[in-house]
Amino acid sequence: MSVTVNHTPSPALPPPSRVMAGGPLGWVRANLLNGPINAAVTLLLAYLVVRYAISFIDWAFIHAIWEVPNDRFGRPDTALCRDNKGIGACWAVIGEKHRFILFGTYPYEEHWRPAIVCVLFIALYIVSAMRRFWRKELVLVWVATLTIIGILMWGGVFGLSYVPQERWGGLPITLILATFGLAFAFPLAILVALGRRSRLPAIKALCVLYVELIRGVPLISLLFMASVMFPLFLPEGMNIDKLLRAQVAIILFAGAYLAEVVRAGLQALPKGQYEAADALGLSYWQKTGFIILPQALRLVIPPLVNTFIGFFKDTSLVLIIGIFDLLTAAKTSIIEPQWQGFAVEVYVTVGLIYFIFCFAMSKYSAGLEAELNRHRVR
Amino acid sequence: MSAATSPARQMGKPAIQLLGVNKWYGQMHVLRNINLEIAEGERVVVCGPSGSGKSTMIRCINRLEEHQQGQIIVDGIELGDDLKSLDAIRREVGMVFQSFNLFPHLTILENCTLAPIWVRKMPKKEAEALAMEYLTRVRIPEQANKYPGQLSGGQQQRVAIARALCMKPKIMLFDEPTSALDPEMIKEVLDTMVMLADTGMTMICVTHEMGFARQVADRVVFMDRGEVVESNTPDELFGNPQTDRLKLFLSQILRGH
Repeated sequence: MSVTVNHTPSPALPPPSRVMAGGPLGWVRANLLNGPINAAVTLLLAYLVVRYAISFIDWAFIHAIWEVPNDRFGRPDTALCRDNKGIGACWAVIGEKHRFILFGTYPYEEHWRPAIVCVLFIALYIVSAMRRFWRKELVLVWVATLTIIGILMWGGVFGLSYVPQERWGGLPITLILATFGLAFAFPLAILVALGRRSRLPAIKALCVLYVELIRGVPLISLLFMASVMFPLFLPEGMNIDKLLRAQVAIILFAGAYLAEVVRAGLQALPKGQYEAADALGLSYWQKTGFIILPQALRLVIPPLVNTFIGFFKDTSLVLIIGIFDLLTAAKTSIIEPQWQGFAVEVYVTVGLIYFIFCFAMSKYSAGLEAELNRHRVR
Repeated sequence: MSAATSPARQMGKPAIQLLGVNKWYGQMHVLRNINLEIAEGERVVVCGPSGSGKSTMIRCINRLEEHQQGQIIVDGIELGDDLKSLDAIRREVGMVFQSFNLFPHLTILENCTLAPIWVRKMPKKEAEALAMEYLTRVRIPEQANKYPGQLSGGQQQRVAIARALCMKPKIMLFDEPTSALDPEMIKEVLDTMVMLADTGMTMICVTHEMGFARQVADRVVFMDRGEVVESNTPDELFGNPQTDRLKLFLSQILRGH
């Protein structure tokens, strides 16, 4: 005979507290000084950090020279800076040359135009980054903003003086190359990635050929081809803007790399997702647009942003075909005799500008990834 | 009498006809001369050991797999390379998978309304009302705004059934709908399928749930090694198996019960 026992469910308890006993000091002892080897490594690293951080702060701030007086010809006198070399930074070079670094050879009195262009670009990035603006109208905002940017840079209308493209330079060039580059390369990459998985042999072969050809050459040689070889094939008298040629080379190059990243996402999706969409009768483009791409792209946000950041910096390679981007402008700004030898200060500054853009991209992608993958969290 | 193909009771015109269907994966002959006719409103359970071609057969009916020989005619349309007729067939044939295959990035409601809105061109409001009606019928209307990952397996499978029903299909295919579920959740999904069977839907169901087969099936088809070996009413097929192959299969699946 069996007896039924009345089972009372046990109560739910809160998880154990993770607060470390002993406060911050206790944490240091438990994590950094546990055992002789850990203690030795901690002390060595602490010594290196303190030593080099202090000497950097000393150079960059405490012994730095922020301004220099003018000599009797009205030119900046950099003798003070030269005496201080190796002891303190000479930030006066930035004060003196920042407009050339940012805007290159663009006519000096018209610098407000590329300045507004940079602000417009940044505003465009911020608006596009906000999910509540992800609507069809955003495309119009892009078209409108890019048109205004074109008008500001070229001029020639609305009483703005005409500035030929050869005189553009600095940060606007970098932002133009990166923005147009990625804005066109990304959709191209999606089409190529889809094409590589196509059942139609011709489309598939074409996409494989494109990716393998472009990926097999360095970006520098593509840029050379665009700037030197391509014009040779054009009919006499016809000339395509040098910046445009470099832009196309960058788009094609970025497109090939991004295509492989997107393809990785397509392959990571379970077959069941494709089958469920097919079974519901969705067409190829409905299936791709509503089911496959939204999931595949979410999966590859980290490598996508990795590639984006890489290409933002790779735009600086246009230096070798003589396009005046941020880095070229920085390099050229210290060509005058009195400023020669202050490259470190200029490169640190330009590096900081690149870093701000790249770090913003990286931070944004981490947030986006968390937000878009919320559905995976229980 | 090894391949009894006469349906148990006659129910109007055929919804699905498979005529001499053959299929190979590479050199492997996975469907061998399948002849099967399923009438409108008929409920057929397909059983058999794993690897016998059950799933492959029903996946051929909405062309998730292609057959290489023979004819498959669904709702009067022959399956072929013509994409238009394939779209037409897929609109009328709903499918429920073993692994649910809900779209994880869409809410339950969006899962159910996507195809009606884009394939049936139904207005959004109407599609949502329809989806809520079916979600209520599978008894999970309160989950409509959650994501699939937040639901239990049984609930997900019921959503998958509702999603297929929202297309108002004439035929429903079930590919081992309870095989990925815990025993406690199998019942809730089977109850939903019984309820659906009561509405007169044409159903083909690959399953190992013999209780379900006895309760709702008009006919049970036993497959082995890519062939239809026996086909009869559940009482006859289970009570009076004709072939040694079916006898062996039944003795194996019934041992656990």
